Amino acid sequence: MFRFGLKPLVFVASLAPAGWLVWAILTGNLSANPLSDLTNETGIWALRFVCITLAITPLRRVTGWNQAIKFRRMTGLFAFFYGTLHFLTYVVVDRFASLVDFPDGYFAWSTARHLGAAIWEDIYKRPFITIGFTAWMTMLPLTLTSTAGMIRRLGGRAWNRLHKLVYATGALVVVHYWWLVKADISRPAAYGVVVALLLGSRLYWARLRTARATSAAPATATLQRSR
Amino acid sequence: MLIKHASDIRSSDITNQKLYLNRREFIRAASGTAAAVATGLALGDAWVEAATPAAHGRKLEGVKKSSFSTDEKQNKWEEITTYNNYYEFGIDKDSPSMLARNFKTEPWTVTVDGECAKKGSMNLEDVLKGETLEERVYRHRCVERWSMVIPWIGFPLANFIKKCEPTAKAKYIEFQTLNDGKQMPGLRSSVLRWPYVEGLRMDEAMHPLTILVVGLYGEVLPNQDGAPLRLAVPWKYGFKHIKSIVRVKFVEKQPLNTWQDQASNEYGFYANVNPTVDHPRWSQATERRIGEFLMRKTLMFNGYGDQVASLYNGMDLRKNY
Repeated sequence: MFRFGLKPLVFVASLAPAGWLVWAILTGNLSANPLSDLTNETGIWALRFVCITLAITPLRRVTGWNQAIKFRRMTGLFAFFYGTLHFLTYVVVDRFASLVDFPDGYFAWSTARHLGAAIWEDIYKRPFITIGFTAWMTMLPLTLTSTAGMIRRLGGRAWNRLHKLVYATGALVVVHYWWLVKADISRPAAYGVVVALLLGSRLYWARLRTARATSAAPATATLQRSR
Repeated sequence: MLIKHASDIRSSDITNQKLYLNRREFIRAASGTAAAVATGLALGDAWVEAATPAAHGRKLEGVKKSSFSTDEKQNKWEEITTYNNYYEFGIDKDSPSMLARNFKTEPWTVTVDGECAKKGSMNLEDVLKGETLEERVYRHRCVERWSMVIPWIGFPLANFIKKCEPTAKAKYIEFQTLNDGKQMPGLRSSVLRWPYVEGLRMDEAMHPLTILVVGLYGEVLPNQDGAPLRLAVPWKYGFKHIKSIVRVKFVEKQPLNTWQDQASNEYGFYANVNPTVDHPRWSQATERRIGEFLMRKTLMFNGYGDQVASLYNGMDLRKNY
């Protein structure tokens, strides 16, 4: 059922925003500043997929629908996909386009060098870019270790620990969004609430587990003494 | 109605602590809320996609050309009327094009007060009386790094100021935008402190480049662009170009303009276009002309330096951003 039904469906649905953007560019259905829309939309979809990915474990715990876990890798990879599109859009639309001088043409070594310097300068100088770039960087190792082979090689425990990095991704992306808006923080704040709830639920379950473990501990001790 | 005193409430009436602390329920509800918020966000973003260019309005008669106009390629009507920062009609660029459609600009009154001889109310006809309308094709540079070339129709603000007969105490002029929550849905949000306020130093206000705008492309100004009366100060960032003006006040002290009030580390009073002074979060050295891919170099005073640079002789423009 998952292989031939729900999973391909979720895959296609996850590609829809990208498809819609391509369609909107080709038909001129974006605003008077389509390049800015492209940057914003890819970014917001990266954030949405980070939220969706973070929502899967809580969803599983609340509903008991354990199969939900089967989508987590895919939604996580889509978060990286949209995050990468967002980063590349920024590189081309913002950094490349603002070079102004292209002494040896658009596709030249000198242009590439200037572009690299312009990206680095921005990441270094502008805190919200620094945070955004860091958020993207946190997704990189998670993407690289997303295959079954990598899980095996790392071992479940180490893999799990590494993939807790996604919590940082969630927080960083919200901070990045918060810092870039001009005045109205209502949208980043709403996403902030979502991410905080999703991360907070994990804290709650972690405490519940510790509570259970400690209440179970004395019983084990008595058992050992009686032996 | 019977109000129970604390001592009257039996302990059994108090919610059982176990129920109260049933966190599983709480989290279930919380994740429901989260899902609802997420859906709301997705929908909220989607519904604003349908921007609509302004319908064409009444043609303005007897408009003269001006030597202050640039001959650069003008931005399209569609661009100028669907890409607006006008927070009284929503924070998205395209929301004014939809939410300002039924905005009522007739009748329109401008109140004049402060340090001047001719205090009182003027209707728009009085404001326009005796003025020759000119087409001024100006470069318009937004603080957000985009720009347009716009064929405004208007007349020098200096003419209006002379009508008001400001006193020697008038060092600055302060403007206010209409603050009508019934017509302007954006006012429900506390994103800025309303009403929107802007100001100019008197010499800036009297400068021949500074105009009061009533039209665009030879027609009556569309609502989303600040109808019926807005300011254009082409060497300053867009947020100085206050829209839908209802009040003009002559004052002795420098007014606190809205964006400075919102974030004084990012937006100042002068707001002169200046490629060498960065916004804390982005460079102002380049700008994207709407409709173009590659950005262009931003010019000092938006290219109006020959006319206005002398206004700021001896001033530290890094401090007075």
